[in-house]
Amino acid sequence: MRKNIASSSAISRRLLLTAAGAASLGAALTACGGGGSDSKSTSSKPVSQADIDKAMKTPTELTFWTWVPNIEQEIALFEKKYPAIKIKAVNAGQGVPEYTKLRTALKAGSGAPDMVQIEYQAIPTFTITDSLLDLRPYGASALKSQFVDWTWGQVSGSNGELWAIPQDTGPMGMLYRKDIFDKHGIEVPKTWDEFAEAARKLHKADPNVYLTNLAANQVAAWHGLLWQAGAKPYVTSGKSDITVSVDDAVSKKLGAFWGGLAQEGVIGVEPDFTDSWYAALNKGKYATWMTGAWGPAFLSGSAKDTSGKWRAAPMPQWDASKPSAGNWGGSTTAVIRSTKNPIAAAEFAKFLNSDPESAKMFATKQFFFPATKALLADASFIGDTPAFYGGQKVNEVFAGISDEVNPSFQWPPFLDQVATDWTETVGRSLARKTDTVDALGGWQTRITTFAKSQGFTVKAAP
Amino acid sequence: MAKHLARPRSAGPLFIAPFMALFLLLFLAPLGYAAYLSLFQEKLVGGTSFVGLDNYVTALKDPQLREGVIRVATFFVIQVPLMLLLALLFALALDSGLLRLSRVIRLGIFVPYAVPSVVATLMWGYLYGPDFGPFAQLSDKLSLPAPHFLTDSWMLGSLANIVTWEFVGYNMIILYAALRTIPQDLYEAAALDGAGAWRIAWSIKLPALRPALTLTLLFSVIGSFQLFNEPNLLLKIVPDVIDSSYTANLYAYTLAFTSQQINYAAAVSFLLGLLIVIISYAFLLTANRRRPA
Repeated sequence: MRKNIASSSAISRRLLLTAAGAASLGAALTACGGGGSDSKSTSSKPVSQADIDKAMKTPTELTFWTWVPNIEQEIALFEKKYPAIKIKAVNAGQGVPEYTKLRTALKAGSGAPDMVQIEYQAIPTFTITDSLLDLRPYGASALKSQFVDWTWGQVSGSNGELWAIPQDTGPMGMLYRKDIFDKHGIEVPKTWDEFAEAARKLHKADPNVYLTNLAANQVAAWHGLLWQAGAKPYVTSGKSDITVSVDDAVSKKLGAFWGGLAQEGVIGVEPDFTDSWYAALNKGKYATWMTGAWGPAFLSGSAKDTSGKWRAAPMPQWDASKPSAGNWGGSTTAVIRSTKNPIAAAEFAKFLNSDPESAKMFATKQFFFPATKALLADASFIGDTPAFYGGQKVNEVFAGISDEVNPSFQWPPFLDQVATDWTETVGRSLARKTDTVDALGGWQTRITTFAKSQGFTVKAAP
Repeated sequence: MAKHLARPRSAGPLFIAPFMALFLLLFLAPLGYAAYLSLFQEKLVGGTSFVGLDNYVTALKDPQLREGVIRVATFFVIQVPLMLLLALLFALALDSGLLRLSRVIRLGIFVPYAVPSVVATLMWGYLYGPDFGPFAQLSDKLSLPAPHFLTDSWMLGSLANIVTWEFVGYNMIILYAALRTIPQDLYEAAALDGAGAWRIAWSIKLPALRPALTLTLLFSVIGSFQLFNEPNLLLKIVPDVIDSSYTANLYAYTLAFTSQQINYAAAVSFLLGLLIVIISYAFLLTANRRRPA
């Protein structure tokens, strides 16, 4: 007995140390960050063809962080053309998890890859820290005419820098359940007014069905809707000036529209890409899904039970005489500034996305929606007639939408924060059916406060 | 003689050297570095500057941090007694030898601990689902209103249920192991004195369990205040109920990896660590004082 008790106090002391250690784990995690940006000065002088030829014949190993499945097929094409260069593809997670790892590696000053898969919206987040290589000196500007205009705008900096090469895109359209529309006599809505009417009518006719779901956690969809409506929520000029206007007239129009439908209870507002959401799509709880051009392939894999019932159409318009579209998703290949082999890395980024064979492979093997004009006009691509969509030429629909994407939309240099703030203000108002227009003001305030605390000069919306 | 004594003296430090090296490398160095980091502020525009204790001052006044700490404290007060009581009951029942299939039951209760907390949370998140979760489906079949496990008022309880499910077996094993170390002759002596099963449990087993209970409680203090995985995963299902600062640990993570305020995150983590040490120590002091001399 006594012995037991005596050992307890020894245990206790040890435990306390463990407690301190365990408690500091959070602190230790954050300790991997370091100060100082050791941006290597890179000349903006064009690299000569002789230098390029020499670099492409020098045995080199490059690391490429990417989440694209089976990208080894495309890499093999590059390695066949340049046998001296070996590409090591590493899956460091898709999207935010990858960016978090990249940020940590960049801060630590080692472990960062040479090239990286990066979404359009994340580019400013990395250019603000001088982490990406301007690809102009490596002849990338010559590719401009091959790519869809608005994608080129997305990868270009405010002083004309070229931060990445587009790989795939996500112009937003509307996937809809033809069977549900037919059953309730609903026409495909051409305008948002018609859409709202259809939402009310459908939910009244069948209380278990909603016209659509606006996910309360999906800031990317909101940005796509803003984009379509012609909003310019973030405008940066120079390095430290930013204009934030996420509660201007256009935003308020969107807030009143979607917040109103949510409050009426005629649309769903559940988080997307969850088990419950997948089940809802499979069981016909939602009659449409507003999504990027990658959506059709994605849906045919995740809602197999509903094959043949879906069709694609452009999103409803605010002004039917001036059709316009937004974008959700898509990614690019960027070169990390700290690479020791900038020429080979830049050549890889160019080849991967602009070589006709490689670009086509992305469209046919990975079902990426292309960023090159050639593929968007390619008969074999736009002529595809998937059974999941009842033989409709879905790619053709989205290729048409791609032409209407507004080219001047910009992203803020701290998107992660903006996204979290959206979920906790606007997204929350949708989920709780409170005033969404009011919540836009809260979002604006939170972004402004954060930007100021990070040293930005924040200008009021004009 | 002197030469003879010198040997063990020089061998001692050698034996603890590996521990000290690891301790220094894995605990003190990161801690020191985090402390160092917490004294600076790095901005996206303008770079890094020394700010002294500013980050700590901000943290002490930060309402989001305060709410997170209060929330985990509430969680601790509700969940831990329930979990330990359950673990204690299971341990006593198994130790009584009256249960059939006691090995199978013991394993069954312990198995959830072997399930990673991420998997456990995903599983419970699905079970809780208001649309297609089995509880919702069942109440739908019975024409009853669906239970709302994932709302504001239920969330702490739903989290407590997950954590209890995960850790009851673990705590039970510690308590059960402690019970098995009690010498059998104590029971025989008690039985001779006419004590029944309840009396033996109350007067012999419970006092003997005190050190083990202290241990499980300390683990629970640490676990509760570091609550992270469960809310972080449920956040994806109900972003309007759980926000990015729902628990103090989640807040520190958000600051570091979403807001890119690594220095402030270091300060918050440090304060949280300090709080855990203080609570653990205060708890140990009381436990030791109550101990019969």
